[in-house]
Amino acid sequence: MIQLKVNGTGRQFDGDPEMPLLWFLRDVADLTGTKYGCGIGQCGACTVHVDGAVARSCLTKMSDVAGKTVTTIEGLSPKGDHPLQLAWKENNVPQCGYCQTGQIMQAAALLKSKPKPTDRDIDQAMSGNICRCGTYQRIRAAIKVAAGVKA
Amino acid sequence: MKAERMKTEAANAVHLVSRRGFLGNIFSAGALVLGSRLITSDAFAAETVDTAAWHPSVYLGLEPDGRVIIAAHRSEMGTGIRTCLPAVVADELEADWKKVTIQQAIGDTKYGSQNTDGSNSITSFYEPMRVAGATARVMLEGAAAAKWNVPIEECHAKNHEVVHEKTGKKLGFGELVADASKQPIPKPESLKYKSPADYKYVGKDFPIADLDDICRGKGTFGMDAKRPGMVYASIERPPVLGGTLKSSDDSEAKKVAGVSQTVTLPGFTPPYMFQQLGGVAVIADNTWAALQGRKKLKLDWDLGKNASYDSDAYKKSLMEINRKPCKVERNVGDVDAAFAKAAKTIEAEYYAPHLSHAPMEPPAAVAEVKGDQCEIWTATQNPQAVQQAVSAALKIPLKNVTCNVTLLGGGFGRKSKPDYCVEAALLAKQLNKPVKVVWSREDDIRFDYYHSVAAMYMKAATDDKGLPVAWLQRSTFPPILSYNNPQAYGGAGAMRMGWIDVPFDIPNFRAENGPAEAQVRIGWLRSVANIYHAYAVHSFLDELAAAANRDRVEYLLAALGTPRVIELRPPAQADRPNPFPIDTARTRRVVEQVAEQSGWAKKKASKGNALGIAVHRSFNSYVASVVEVQVDNAGKITIPNVWTVADCGKIVNPDRVKAQFEGAAVFGTSVAMMGEITATGGKINQSNFNNYPVARMNDAPFHTHVHVIASNEAPAGVGEPGVPPMAPALCNAIFAATGKRIRELPIKKTKLV
Repeated sequence: MIQLKVNGTGRQFDGDPEMPLLWFLRDVADLTGTKYGCGIGQCGACTVHVDGAVARSCLTKMSDVAGKTVTTIEGLSPKGDHPLQLAWKENNVPQCGYCQTGQIMQAAALLKSKPKPTDRDIDQAMSGNICRCGTYQRIRAAIKVAAGVKA
Repeated sequence: MKAERMKTEAANAVHLVSRRGFLGNIFSAGALVLGSRLITSDAFAAETVDTAAWHPSVYLGLEPDGRVIIAAHRSEMGTGIRTCLPAVVADELEADWKKVTIQQAIGDTKYGSQNTDGSNSITSFYEPMRVAGATARVMLEGAAAAKWNVPIEECHAKNHEVVHEKTGKKLGFGELVADASKQPIPKPESLKYKSPADYKYVGKDFPIADLDDICRGKGTFGMDAKRPGMVYASIERPPVLGGTLKSSDDSEAKKVAGVSQTVTLPGFTPPYMFQQLGGVAVIADNTWAALQGRKKLKLDWDLGKNASYDSDAYKKSLMEINRKPCKVERNVGDVDAAFAKAAKTIEAEYYAPHLSHAPMEPPAAVAEVKGDQCEIWTATQNPQAVQQAVSAALKIPLKNVTCNVTLLGGGFGRKSKPDYCVEAALLAKQLNKPVKVVWSREDDIRFDYYHSVAAMYMKAATDDKGLPVAWLQRSTFPPILSYNNPQAYGGAGAMRMGWIDVPFDIPNFRAENGPAEAQVRIGWLRSVANIYHAYAVHSFLDELAAAANRDRVEYLLAALGTPRVIELRPPAQADRPNPFPIDTARTRRVVEQVAEQSGWAKKKASKGNALGIAVHRSFNSYVASVVEVQVDNAGKITIPNVWTVADCGKIVNPDRVKAQFEGAAVFGTSVAMMGEITATGGKINQSNFNNYPVARMNDAPFHTHVHVIASNEAPAGVGEPGVPPMAPALCNAIFAATGKRIRELPIKKTKLV
């Protein structure tokens, strides 16, 4: 039996310990804000935080999160008012919106390690997250707004 | 960005709803419900499956408690249409947006076409939405006038109330609903519309209704749909189109924990249309188990005749076809005579590969079958096509199929095709429980309806100024309509996508089209045939300008010639008004403005850094883009800037229009730089983002500057027209920066240093 904490709530899992966290979150825990996009760590749609560090949930096995704390987009801010969420809304970033939860989780990890990122920092941190609608320019702008750095 | 905003609290996300009657469960019994009607655009209408001239299109309900409910009948895949069309109704109605609920419509022909493709939603539905809003407003004003016993002219709707200006009396919309519903319905031609100066929403930036949900992970996409007791299915399909199953061993698959069984799906009966592809479905109690079980299947396939499909050989055959005369699609003057006496001719061949849509959300559908009823929850651009395909597959009446439309995690044309919904429906029927079919990314890329591969041959004779006096072009590609008709030629719609509608003023012009048979499924992809046609036409014009050593903007304007209107209407439509003739004054204006915005005249190319330009009209919008490239010593390309100027006629939400052009610059970058699908032995060689790359943040243009021209012309397309100019503008910039001409996409195939 694997025990873990998701968004502050204790959870148990007695299925295949090889199952990626992504499918546990989506199919078992009904937390569908974490998205499936590629299954091989290429697109970042499934990005979550494990013990505060950014992780691709499609490549993270359930056995890897035993005893750990997982934060998904649903738990990033209970009221949805994380500075990045506010900045995302202010800049009207999303188009279809499917990748944006992963983008926000990735950006949140970036700002934790680099509160005042440069363009290069943003490129490096965010280029693992694909947006097929092409909202990159606004993602960059929103990160800068949230970080309080000049556009 | 911080312009006027509308509150979105009242606007609903797409939630899973239970089966409901058509209007009964959207609106209460006391509601005032209005139907509106539309006239469809005839532009490219021949290409869509379900266009007929007059249909009811939109339904607007006013509830006695004051709520206004607007049915969004088009699919939301990122354009903002689910918000913007209802905002047109709300504005004309003088409704308070906070009291508006957007209700996503199920598939129903009563709405008119719901096929959200062809950049067509505002073009076709702006006017019906105004009519719906204005009609309801007049009826509310009429009800108030009767109640107060005053002339209707003295009563005006304002912010969810009707006001009698002389006395200051007011009645809320909700209080008037019962009386308004008994008012005579005004004739559309008698309606008085708001002055554009009084618009509260139309022409203003406003956020999409789903913005907060999306940012909190609460938006419901097709992949997120869930029903009680639902099982999950992952399907191993024939590796080659039309392949059939010879033998199957599922014993190991069934040993995977969580896997309950497998189901063999029969193959399709040609033509493939929107049928499912057949294969073996692994059923499990979660997606992961289904995927794992699938890996353990032992299947033996008869690959069938399409196993002969090989992209290298096919490319050579398309290019060979183009070297001989093909079917003439448009002819002006006498190209052959002009070539015969020309002092100088220039020829070039271009080639562009198949592309996969690769929306971030792969196809997914949930189906539930009870008796002869089927209900579907899915991300679809075309819920009526879902009804048609599912009713045909299950052999039940169309009205027995209910299609609930979720948010779409991207569409780009892929989700107009409901094959994945048919899979879910067949499985749900067989298993007698709700089934969710999940396409993996590998499924998505290997079993797409691909953007067509295309070869283009170009030849021109030039005068002493280097301008074309004769122009011949041949385009050959497996036809888009091969999905239901294995015809050999491209079709009228594709010919109007940047081929017969070339806007240059050339006395001798001939556009031809060659035959080609499809051996994979072909489909519409964002801007469709415009992609390869614009690439060839605007690269070739740049080649002519380079041969003449002339400034590209100046040359482009010279080639466009004196402003004029080009009518390319089929004879059958010649007696009807044409809202969208080709107006080269508009083409010229976007070129002139993008040159100005980019500082074209002041910028000189230097080694490795240069600008390129292209202009293209598609979906009735005129778009010019200037791309700046930087090519380093290793041949690596970056795009510091893109400037786009677009004339899309009247627009509803400038911020969302800008967003579409920003996105198109990125999509166009993917197309030009890296997109390539190939087949060997009929099997697709690519499978995921590792071998089918798309533009990431560090590949994408760093700054995309979009300027949308203010216009009162009829509203035109926005979602697609930004894509076509990107590839040629980028390739032209690369030529200016490096001297290397890109005659084959993607650009990554050409070594630049």
